[in-house]
Amino acid sequence: MSARHYEFKPYNIGRWLVWSLFALVLLVAPVVFTSSLSHTMLSQMGIAIIVCLAYNMLLGQGGMLSFGHAVYSGMGSFLAIHTLNAVGKGAFDLPVSLIPLVGGMAGLAFALLLGWVTTKKAATPFAMITLGVGELVWAMSLMFPEFFGGEGGISGNRVTGSKPFGITFGPQIQLYYLIAVYTFVCTALMFAFTRTPLGRILNAVRDNPERVEFVGYDTQKVRFFAFCISGFFAGISGGLGALNFEIVTSEVVGAARSGAYLLFVFLGGATFFFGPILGAILMVLAFVLLSELTKAWLLYLGLVFLFMVMYAPGGIASLIMMNLRVAAFGRLRTLWVSYLGLGLTFLVVLLGAGAMIEMTYHLQINAAMGDQVKYLGIPLHARGLNSWFGSLFVVLTGFGLFELMRRQFAIQWGEIQTEIEKEIKRRETA
Amino acid sequence: MEFITVSLLNGLSYGLLLFMLSSGLTLIFSMMGVLNFAHASFYMLGAYFGYTVSQTIGYAPGLILAPLAVGVLGALFEKYCLRRVHHFGHVPELLITFGLSYLILEIVQLVWGRSAMDYRKPEWLDFPAFSIFGTQFPAYRLFTMGVALVMLAALWLLLKKTRIGLVIQAALTHPQAVESLGHNVPRVFMLVFGGGAALAGLAGAVGGAQFVTEPAMAASVGSIIFVVVVVGGMGSLPGAFVASLLIGLMDAFAVGSDRSLADALRFFGMVVNEATFGWVVLKVKISQVAAILPYLLLVLILIFRPRGLLGTREG
Repeated sequence: MSARHYEFKPYNIGRWLVWSLFALVLLVAPVVFTSSLSHTMLSQMGIAIIVCLAYNMLLGQGGMLSFGHAVYSGMGSFLAIHTLNAVGKGAFDLPVSLIPLVGGMAGLAFALLLGWVTTKKAATPFAMITLGVGELVWAMSLMFPEFFGGEGGISGNRVTGSKPFGITFGPQIQLYYLIAVYTFVCTALMFAFTRTPLGRILNAVRDNPERVEFVGYDTQKVRFFAFCISGFFAGISGGLGALNFEIVTSEVVGAARSGAYLLFVFLGGATFFFGPILGAILMVLAFVLLSELTKAWLLYLGLVFLFMVMYAPGGIASLIMMNLRVAAFGRLRTLWVSYLGLGLTFLVVLLGAGAMIEMTYHLQINAAMGDQVKYLGIPLHARGLNSWFGSLFVVLTGFGLFELMRRQFAIQWGEIQTEIEKEIKRRETA
Repeated sequence: MEFITVSLLNGLSYGLLLFMLSSGLTLIFSMMGVLNFAHASFYMLGAYFGYTVSQTIGYAPGLILAPLAVGVLGALFEKYCLRRVHHFGHVPELLITFGLSYLILEIVQLVWGRSAMDYRKPEWLDFPAFSIFGTQFPAYRLFTMGVALVMLAALWLLLKKTRIGLVIQAALTHPQAVESLGHNVPRVFMLVFGGGAALAGLAGAVGGAQFVTEPAMAASVGSIIFVVVVVGGMGSLPGAFVASLLIGLMDAFAVGSDRSLADALRFFGMVVNEATFGWVVLKVKISQVAAILPYLLLVLILIFRPRGLLGTREG
């Protein structure tokens, strides 16, 4: 058997290069984006990357669709903030930089406890049980305000305890670098996990559980171990979140948070290791920027998600990898005209549909503020026939052109794929 | 006695409403193996359609038009979206219905707004049916229970006694054989999905007037009906019936009772006060715990009877 691709020996140069680049990006990002908003967003991205990767350990690698993973990150947050407050009161001494590990242990403990029940089943029943367990913890968070802080949540102060080298974690940039270190280490550990025997057998459990049973492994145990490890990393992310926001409310264990993890991990791409990293970055961008831009952002998000499930179930990561393959065979150049056309016609559809959605939202929410809607600098009249007909016309034109381009593109894409397959066959025989 | 009777009636009416919801979900799951995450969203759509029709034509036509409209929407969704992802496996099927639930929620807020609708019961049903121990039992609840029972009977007759029911049941276990006999199996699946959605729409049109018609109504029952389906046994219609009633009764009895664990310990002569270990847990009243009881039941069932109350297979 020959290796499917060339490997450098004794060092895997490609891997060293990618990981050094990742570290460099984490290191340089706050120097490039210097505003305080971007520092906050970068910190949130680091936290989101850890939790999304942890989630993908279930979804992508284990084929376990969880609707309640916020429980483990959320419980990590709560335990971390309680520890932080205890340190602040002088109950015991623990450096602030280690508090996320407390969150991780909390996530692990809850995953041990709840995961034992959850992982008894796989596939669809698993998804329903995670949903039930998530609701259980969410309902409990309202029952015990002593621990969960009720409506106001629990707040803390991260500038406390010992200050090695004068690092207080008061300024956001200091905290960012703590998050960056955790992000890098956790990402590396989770990648290493995919290469362990457990990580490999987890993939096998995803693909063919029956056969794994026949080989002699207990699929339930495999799922349970993976679930616990995933809970641990989710807890670390929760602990970092507690340090970052210095307040933890019960919504961190809620169904909306769990749903967001699922949505963005899928959008990023569950089939590739780096997919959830893209998903995490998108998640923070969507929550911080998109929600500012338009009130209808959840609608757009839902639509994008639906189309992604139907047409690109591998997420953005798979789209990137497919185009990389085309590029590797030198055919990307022939496609750029089609991409340009697709992009432009899609923009036209988006322009018209966006105008209609924004006008409806305006009528629903800001009706008291008059009928004028500013849409991309154009004043639209939300009750005017002209504006509605105009937008509808734009949508229909755009859609017609897009469909034409898409058919053309589908044919071209298919041709290129068959050519690539032929080329691969030819190289194999040569 | 009064407490027991009233709770029993309330529990039965809530349980039957839950059954109206979970029957459609179970039907779709047992026939197609698809867990419809958007089922509660169809329930919400039914309530909103029912409200809109009741504003323009009247309440009674709404009971027919709303389920029909929801059923058509469900069938269209199956034909154009769900069928596309069928060959990717069960997880994408679940994901696409999850995406749909997001979308329906946003569209409902877009069309009807974020506040609760004034969906009222019709005047000809707005009177107390009878009174027990001085508590009046509204006729509308009786009507809801009646609709649920009629639906149960109709569903059973349809599945067991008609030709289409036979085809549906056969398509579940032997799709290829049914197809080679000349039946259009994809269309059967589309009908089943549309039918399940229509059942949810009917529950919405009836339940929306009894409870509140608001955007949060899908989320409030959504996870409960999943509990019903797991507790009753995945894909078992009688199981869903038993589990719905069980959860309805449990909820009604828990909401009405004002006792706590501390009271129980005191009953056995123990001294329990704020200094006792675990006071935080002991002092919680049963009525406060009502919200988590279904989920606790779910966990217990999974530990002691993983296939559910009347389920036949380990899922």
